Amino acid sequence: MTPGQRRAMFLIGGAGLVAFVVWGLLGLPGFGHYPGPYGFIINRFALRQTHATGTVSAVNFDYRGFDTVGEEFILFAAAAGVATVLRTLRGERERSPADQAADRDAPPTSGAVRMAALMFTGPLVVMGWWLTSHAQTNPSGGFQGGVVLATAFIMVYLAGEFLVFERFSPVDVTDAVEAVGAGGFAAVGVAALGFGLAYLTNFLPKGQVYGSVSSSGTIALISFFVGMEVAAAFILIVVELLDQTLLIRGGG
Amino acid sequence: MIVAVSTPFTVPIGFMDALQVTVLILIAAGATAVVLTRRHVHQVLALSVYGVLLAVLFLVFQAPDVALSALTVGAVALPIILLLTLAKTGKREE
Amino acid sequence: MTYFPFIVVAWILAVGLYGIVTSRHLVHQIICLIVVQSSTYVLLLGVGYVTGAVAPYYWDITVHTPAVDPVVQALALTDVVVEAAVTALLCSVAIQAHKRFGTLDPQELATMRG
Repeated sequence: MTPGQRRAMFLIGGAGLVAFVVWGLLGLPGFGHYPGPYGFIINRFALRQTHATGTVSAVNFDYRGFDTVGEEFILFAAAAGVATVLRTLRGERERSPADQAADRDAPPTSGAVRMAALMFTGPLVVMGWWLTSHAQTNPSGGFQGGVVLATAFIMVYLAGEFLVFERFSPVDVTDAVEAVGAGGFAAVGVAALGFGLAYLTNFLPKGQVYGSVSSSGTIALISFFVGMEVAAAFILIVVELLDQTLLIRGGG
Repeated sequence: MIVAVSTPFTVPIGFMDALQVTVLILIAAGATAVVLTRRHVHQVLALSVYGVLLAVLFLVFQAPDVALSALTVGAVALPIILLLTLAKTGKREE
Repeated sequence: MTYFPFIVVAWILAVGLYGIVTSRHLVHQIICLIVVQSSTYVLLLGVGYVTGAVAPYYWDITVHTPAVDPVVQALALTDVVVEAAVTALLCSVAIQAHKRFGTLDPQELATMRG
């Protein structure tokens, strides 16, 4: 099939599909006329039930916690999948990191980039930590905080060399952190079973002050584990891709 | 169900409508631009800008949590992954 | 305004699909898939929006203040992270395809066998 024919076929089929989708969307209640009731019910009761001022985190880590466990394991499986797919093939050999290699084709990192990257690293760690530990109060949580924490480590790569980056985030340690993050979330759920409650029931004391770090019981704990898992998964994925780009030459 | 309660965070509905329409038009144009850009590195940069636009849209849709997520993932994590892939695969083709 | 956001959703979906179909490069195709997926975020948040309401954070507002639906926001939040995982996996598959066949053009890849 030539590209022209393919495009023509898509335009016919796509027009039909889009017409169908638009027809379906026009059957929804209009924008801004959310009919409820679930969102309104949760908004009404989340603060009283979980002592978390951030309702989205309450939904994510408490009401819909079981779903989030599965979602977190998607990320876990994806990191494992990347490592499996990108394993060294026959006929490939590792070479010294391209940063160090004499035949390096890229210009060396400029001093300005190094300075900027180093300046960002500290604030990014603080910001990632803050986001991860304040899921119950603010628009934040383990998912965003984890990505920000991973970015801080990637800044180390930008600032220095690949070897320093690997020393800061050795693969074994990152693997362990990822496992603890993923397993910790599941373990919090199992701990609730030990108290004779349903899986992932919020069993910890919820604190007296709404929205403080110690409030909201398991929500803060789960967010912390999710942050660990997300940060480690992203670092692993980036390290795998960097290995491919910098270390492996040739191929079958 | 909807009662107009005034808080410090409430903006006039007409102003909010105009803001949302503007950002939605930008989003539609941004998506088109990302798809139609054929130079690879340029496309990744366009995707990064599109990620920031999505974050702005989520802010005006009153979803700061999702905005933060779209900002970190769409504007930082995805471009890193895609650029590394391009760096690995680009050498023999250019 | 009532249905404009949903029309934008349909437009993003259509444009992304067009990009996937006409793409000549796997990374370009992955990016188009990201665009397709972004239409779902806009749809989810558009469904849960309430005119004149504020974000569902009760730090300094009372529980009786009208707020938008937090359930769809939680869905969109996890959607965003899954998108990153999917992208990473697809990119690694693209790298392996390039190693094996030396090309990332779907047209050429279709005529090869591993």
